[in-house]
Amino acid sequence: MSILGTRVVRTEDPVFLTRGATYTDDLTDERLTGALHVTLVRSPIAHATISSIDVEAAREAPGVVAVYTGADCDLAPALLFGAANKAMVRPFLAVDRVRYVGEPVAVVLTEEAYQGEDAAELVDVEYEPLDVVVGMKAALSDEVLLFPEAGTNSVTTMHRAKEEIGEDFFADCEVVVSKEIVNQRVAAAPLETRAASAFWADGRCTIFCSTQNAQSARDEVAGWMGIDAKDLRLILPDVGGGFGAKIGADPEFALVGWLSKKIGRPVRWNESRSENMTGMVQGRGQLQTVTIGGDRDGTVKAYRLDIVADAGAYPRLGSVLPMFTRRMAPGTYDIPKVWSTATVVVTNTTSTGAYRGAGRPEATQAIERAMDLFADAIGMDPAELRKRNVVEPERFPFTTKAGMEYDTGEYAAAIDKVLEAADYAGLRAEQERRRTEGGARQLGIGVSSYVEITGGGAFVENATVEVHDDGTVTVLTGTSPHGQGHATAWAMLASEQLGIPVEKITVTHGDTDLIPKGAGTMGSRSLQTGGIAVHNAALELVELARRRAADVLEANVDDLVVADGSVQVAGTSTGISLAELAGRGELKVFHEWDAKKPTFPFGAHVALVEVDVETGKATVERIWAVDDAGPILNPLIFDGQRHGGIAQGIAQAMLEEVVWDEEGQPLTATFADYGIPSAAELPSFDLVTMETPTTINPMGYKGIGEAGTIGSCPAVQNAVIDAVSHLGVEHIDMPLTPLRVWEAIERAK
Amino acid sequence: MKVEITVNGERTSADVEPRTLLAHYLRENVGLKATNIGCDTTSCGACTVLVDGESVKSCTVLAVQVDEQSVTTMEGLGTYADGELTHPVTAAFRQEHGLQCGFCTPGMVMAAVSLIDENPDLDEAAVREGLEGNLCRCTGYHNIVRAVLVAAGKDPDAAQAAGVEDKTVAPGFSTGEGDA
Amino acid sequence: MIPVGFSYERPETVDAALALLAEHGEEATVLAGGHSLLPVMKLRLAAPELVIDIGRLAELGYVRVEGDEIAIGAGTRYRTLVESDVLAAECALLPAVARTVGDPQVRHRGTIGGALAHGDPAGDLPAAVLALDGTIVLRSPRGTRSVPVAEFYTGVFSSVKEPDELLVEVRVPRTGSTGWAYEKFTRRSNDWAIVAVAVATLPGGARQIGLVNMGGTPLRARATEAALAYGASIDEAAALAAEGTEPPADSHGTPEYRRHLVTVLVKRALRTAAG
Repeated sequence: MSILGTRVVRTEDPVFLTRGATYTDDLTDERLTGALHVTLVRSPIAHATISSIDVEAAREAPGVVAVYTGADCDLAPALLFGAANKAMVRPFLAVDRVRYVGEPVAVVLTEEAYQGEDAAELVDVEYEPLDVVVGMKAALSDEVLLFPEAGTNSVTTMHRAKEEIGEDFFADCEVVVSKEIVNQRVAAAPLETRAASAFWADGRCTIFCSTQNAQSARDEVAGWMGIDAKDLRLILPDVGGGFGAKIGADPEFALVGWLSKKIGRPVRWNESRSENMTGMVQGRGQLQTVTIGGDRDGTVKAYRLDIVADAGAYPRLGSVLPMFTRRMAPGTYDIPKVWSTATVVVTNTTSTGAYRGAGRPEATQAIERAMDLFADAIGMDPAELRKRNVVEPERFPFTTKAGMEYDTGEYAAAIDKVLEAADYAGLRAEQERRRTEGGARQLGIGVSSYVEITGGGAFVENATVEVHDDGTVTVLTGTSPHGQGHATAWAMLASEQLGIPVEKITVTHGDTDLIPKGAGTMGSRSLQTGGIAVHNAALELVELARRRAADVLEANVDDLVVADGSVQVAGTSTGISLAELAGRGELKVFHEWDAKKPTFPFGAHVALVEVDVETGKATVERIWAVDDAGPILNPLIFDGQRHGGIAQGIAQAMLEEVVWDEEGQPLTATFADYGIPSAAELPSFDLVTMETPTTINPMGYKGIGEAGTIGSCPAVQNAVIDAVSHLGVEHIDMPLTPLRVWEAIERAK
Repeated sequence: MKVEITVNGERTSADVEPRTLLAHYLRENVGLKATNIGCDTTSCGACTVLVDGESVKSCTVLAVQVDEQSVTTMEGLGTYADGELTHPVTAAFRQEHGLQCGFCTPGMVMAAVSLIDENPDLDEAAVREGLEGNLCRCTGYHNIVRAVLVAAGKDPDAAQAAGVEDKTVAPGFSTGEGDA
Repeated sequence: MIPVGFSYERPETVDAALALLAEHGEEATVLAGGHSLLPVMKLRLAAPELVIDIGRLAELGYVRVEGDEIAIGAGTRYRTLVESDVLAAECALLPAVARTVGDPQVRHRGTIGGALAHGDPAGDLPAAVLALDGTIVLRSPRGTRSVPVAEFYTGVFSSVKEPDELLVEVRVPRTGSTGWAYEKFTRRSNDWAIVAVAVATLPGGARQIGLVNMGGTPLRARATEAALAYGASIDEAAALAAEGTEPPADSHGTPEYRRHLVTVLVKRALRTAAG
């Protein structure tokens, strides 16, 4: 009986539900005994030069061991995004200028944690305010420059279209619709904020930290610290969520490593939520102009996407994401002409990074809005319009006009399935009935068809599988799970080949001394790279075991099979256990797998919302989702990823937005102000199963981690607008708060 | 100030500053790390524990306020023995996959314990409202709701289906069951 | 994240608490449930030198009928208000309002006295007590005084309570189990109200309406009340609900939106109260 595809409860949970997981701030490692607490002093002002920093009073405060400023910090400012203008470097502690509220300016080391906050308040920084630029359009004008040496706020030219758009791009279109839309800034808000602890021993630094990529974070931090990568060990304790915002290393990790060396003691840093809401990289942040053209019969012929993206104050990973937006611009549709361009600008705000979908939700949101606008313009049902334009199943692998080669897809079937699950015709009938009645509570139905690119651009991953002489198994993986259940999933993959139960299989990740190479967990890459590596390593171990057993048993290797943890002569009871074989000699295989190409999960969602047209309040009543990522390894974990993804998509559509005032003061820097939803804001989800394997790897696996978000957000936005379209509303930007919906209704009157 | 607090049935005591949050007392003075702090504004509930049986957010309670009272954390709820979690709530969370990264989980579990204790006859809406003080970023709550319903002795499929019927729709409105 | 350091006292009686307040005046703050005070202290927006914990004073926790009023001790927790059989029968508006405050954990700790003393114009209980024409009872070493809630609040988080006074009780009329409604409009379930409306029907039959977050203090919708008294329809009266209000502007609502919202909520609340 294959374990693959079965509902296996997680091996992580017995610990997680008794003692609790061990996150970085929980560590009681004896090498951190006597660690000093790190408290950062952060800028309360968005843009200013620093005239002076007086640390005397802070130095005298109880428990203070040291106070350092940028002048003390000999870490060279770092370019956190390689393709950015070289002047846009980020110092580890600000020296002469601050560029966003929350930028670290000084650091206090105290014996106890509480003393740090007291002492930090005593650091006296004199700022000379500069003009602040918060909006992307204002930043584009280059009137207020964040980096005078750069001479511009534009970060990079890498996303500019190679060619001008042709004058006749839309010439053959009967109907052309254009709209400016906003994909608003959101906060990743993992429940565990950022944390790092460090100690030095024998000339090597060890950093415990909360990240999604142990090995690449190690390389980055070593580079920033100016030390050799072999002199740095990163160890990941349990990580409490990341969603892309913990990809790679944060500069604070290098600061922590440097502090430990400077002061000669271990140190620990754990940020508060308020610090996290300004300090951790944030997601999305694009201004888009969509222009879509086609004929009245529903044939979409041309699509243009213009993007301005927000880097925040210091360009980081977020500045590369428009590349993915452009690459996925046409979505599931076979559009003959696609043109896009993107500009990235710095603003006096928190830096942007990756957040669940990282560039692809932005693409899907844009094309899905465009499709609805086009459907409106030609008077066609939005689901019908989509079905007419999606790539047909026979065309795969399909190369789009944005240059992406989609592996496999059944886009029309996904739409059909979700429409059937939702009883789309019934929903439309109910909507019509309510419109005729004219009451306050109107229904809106939104559809999305989506495809997304997974792999995170990192196609190589490794695994080591070892059977021990006690019959247990250790799997080492280069992935970095933070909730995705790899310990269980990789154990299932190994168990399938070895016949050893998952309870006896331990999966280890995140210690760079044990696992020197790996690309971590991001971009929904883990199963299709790391999982395949485990699968292949296990297969190779089975082969190795058979060969060894053939020697021991003096049998023909072709007659040997591995089952239930033993190598047996087929059809007999003669055999030798893998444990025994391990006792005779190391039974261990390392496998590195290169997937070479990305896979493209896809799906379709229907969202049903109810809008109270008197108040503007919209409630998401139902979500039906088809999310196809190929064969399902563990439906429990698979569905869990969909639920979490769908919730984040709904949250962006309905509730969340990071807001600054014109002075760059954050207005949503706490969970009280920022609209992260509770269970009371969300419905249960109707998940529909569809499994279309990829051709890219032997197991057919794509990646499900981000798909739910990519599908749900546009479906919900389209649904809310649909709910009030009979009142003349064409478009409302996210988040669809009661205020926005009501104002849209009023404007349309 | 000296405080004496019974934690998970055991007497603990320490000399603490009055401003010591109960959450920090538990984590640092008692050494129980399961209870986590996830926010600054009493919003997220990751720090939820029971004080004399009632759920409270331990980040918004001073240790000195609960001197001589009794506190229960997730570590006090039971164990893992013979392949099973011994407490019905933690067992249900595992069974229904009501956790992913685990950071919100100790608080979520304690909130669930208190919720079930106060309202044994829960439906989906009551669970969702009852957990409005506990944020989770990973699960989308779908399975957490199921776990709490299971722990309360309810059939989660039936409850979720009934929850759908509760929506303000006209009679005869098709619920369009998605296939599982 | 954590408060500035302070001294802490837990007096065993109200009188002992009053003595401490008298001695320390403005440097001391009273702590009851802590769910208005501690969040503010943790953000270091308040930094009292002395915290006087009255949260475990049993003598402040009661709900009882006294003549034609109900007396509620200031230390009564939200949870107790929600579960009180006395209130369910005698003043059902209050448990309904208390149910909407925060989440279960908050309701296990927060007290009615704390909520009323805190005086958040976006808080729920002050407006409900205002709709009921309740009375706030204050005690100090100088004696006891009762202040009609309509005269209690002077501005945002401000009231006539002196630094040496303790809010010990709130009294509301016996309005029974019907004729009330609470419409609370929020973005998320756990949020403070963008606007909320409390309707109570007083023993004489007058309908009174308390408004949440339509000004610097809780307000009465007096124009609506007067119109109703004159025999106007609910729709006509509700249309006047924004009169005399000065709603704030914030990310959840412009003043214009709140003025619109309050008329809708008042209309709905009046309809619900009418049964």
